[in-house]
Amino acid sequence: MAETLLEIRDLNVRYTTDGIIARAVNHVDLNIEAGEIFGLVGETGAGKTTIALASMGLLPRYTSQVEGSIKFKGREIAGANENVLRDIRGKNISMIFQDPMTSLNPVFPVGTQIGDVIKWHNKSLSKAEVETQVDEILKMVGIAPERKREYPHQFSGGMKQRVMIAIAIVCKPDLLIADEPTTALDVTIQAQVMMTMRNLQKQLGSSVLLITHDLGLVAMFCDKVSVLYGGEIVEHGALEDIFDNSRSHHPYTVGLFGSLPDLHSRASRLNPIAGLMPHPAELPAGCKFHPRCPERMEKCQTGEVGASSSGTHSIKCHLFA
Amino acid sequence: MDEKILVECKKLQKFFNTPRGLLHAVDDVSFKIPREKTLGVVGESGCGKSTLGRTILNLLKATSGEVLFDGVNIAGKSDKEMLPYRAKMQMIFQDPYSSIDPRMTISQIIEEPFVINKVLKQRKERQDRVRELMEIVGLDAFYVNAYPHELDGGRRQRIGVARALALNPEFIVCDEPVSALDVSIQAQILNLLMDLKDERKLTYMFITHDLSVVKHISNNILVLYLGKMVEMAPSDLIFDNPVHPYTKALFSAIPIPDIAYRHKELQVIKGEVTSPINPPDGCRFAPRCPFVKDGCGQAAPEFRETEPGHFVACHLYN
Repeated sequence: MAETLLEIRDLNVRYTTDGIIARAVNHVDLNIEAGEIFGLVGETGAGKTTIALASMGLLPRYTSQVEGSIKFKGREIAGANENVLRDIRGKNISMIFQDPMTSLNPVFPVGTQIGDVIKWHNKSLSKAEVETQVDEILKMVGIAPERKREYPHQFSGGMKQRVMIAIAIVCKPDLLIADEPTTALDVTIQAQVMMTMRNLQKQLGSSVLLITHDLGLVAMFCDKVSVLYGGEIVEHGALEDIFDNSRSHHPYTVGLFGSLPDLHSRASRLNPIAGLMPHPAELPAGCKFHPRCPERMEKCQTGEVGASSSGTHSIKCHLFA
Repeated sequence: MDEKILVECKKLQKFFNTPRGLLHAVDDVSFKIPREKTLGVVGESGCGKSTLGRTILNLLKATSGEVLFDGVNIAGKSDKEMLPYRAKMQMIFQDPYSSIDPRMTISQIIEEPFVINKVLKQRKERQDRVRELMEIVGLDAFYVNAYPHELDGGRRQRIGVARALALNPEFIVCDEPVSALDVSIQAQILNLLMDLKDERKLTYMFITHDLSVVKHISNNILVLYLGKMVEMAPSDLIFDNPVHPYTKALFSAIPIPDIAYRHKELQVIKGEVTSPINPPDGCRFAPRCPFVKDGCGQAAPEFRETEPGHFVACHLYN
């Protein structure tokens, strides 16, 4: 069995603002092993980004409460102090953010921003050595090294995302968290960026946690998938488990697939999920999905739902308990 | 063709003056939309899709060319002259967060078209109609006095739809109406738009970058690249047999949510959209095209029919 890189156990995250408690992540367990691409799927407000930020220790200190354990190679991240986290970030775990337009610093050339990461983790390197590494990494992500003196506004969206990827992988992290890396990009550019990411992942042997709402991207790139709803993982499995129509799935997963227009057949209507995602401050009791679920039963409205699993596939739903 | 044409564009052009030169946002676009049909307009950011939609509605003045609405050329009409047509042609905007006034209540937003067009003079009539519209688009009457910030994206987009429907239009330009929404909500709005089309015999121009959405909803599809028409064909034809290298690249870049396609390498086209400011002569896709040959850079390809109903602008097929 491959080495476990990131191990999340019973993670709960709450945000408190003005006395309102938003339960963004609830009882999440997650295991990411070395070398795999793990897909975390869910809609806006499902808690995807919160899980990512918690794994980097980046949640706001005073308005969020983190319970549970997040271990990276056995080292506890939840509640770790800033020095430990700074050491881990960039070198062990790094993150690509959703919006390349706003996550780069507009007043520094991109080469400087990449160089800063290298310098932080390798304090003994000379200036020339840092520059060489910057050139190398830019070449790897497909940007001409001459462009390192340019500022972020001189790059297009796709190119900025490549700069973000360069910053994220320059110290060869074991785990790369990609939070909706291509949502802001056009499809042809998305294809370029995703292929770049996959090739680099193969070269470096890193693991990737791919956070997305796009089931197409998951099917193309991931090995394992967790489906998130209302801050809970409602279904988890190997890619083959989740995308196998002949198996039973969580009603939410079924709804997600039903919402996608199919390119290969022409159905007259889609089968969306009725209703809306609940606000994390107003999560219903019982199964979080029950108010929208077409198969809800009496017992769905109260109490916790246990997960039932067979092999690598597990579903959190009373239908299969 | 014996189908009745509702909207027709003839050699429509929209250029913008910029400090660096003339930006060719929409360049020589011609098409017809028959009544009760949907034309899907596809392209990446910056290809001129939204400008095209706005120019057709005369929200932007066309640089040259004609827009025939039910046989009448509306391009170049003044705002005052447009008023009777505005009621018949409406628009649903992309961003449900910024396209409605945050200081108006839901009922004020939906009733505004009646006030502007001086129909339904009685307050009571207007309010009944607002409620009726809200019911049609699936908004609970509970929200009638709510403000937009109280609603989520899907409900706000329903307001946009209700407002567009208020005056019983014949033609609606939908400019990326679902791209700001989550997939499950997106499907709800798409179903709503399709139901309304059938019930009210609407004609749509559906602008989107999402190819799976466009296939689902359109009868015909027009692909734009840097303001130019690249390919146009009935929906099934273009998906089964895309001809232009750009269309092919666009289609093969879509990740398909089915593991049977997992090992398909995404076909990656190099480079990025070049600048639409003072574009060079010749095919605008040439700098990125994998099949580029001599001559592509010199003359612009003609838009020709390769099979019945299927038009393409590419030197490979001239």
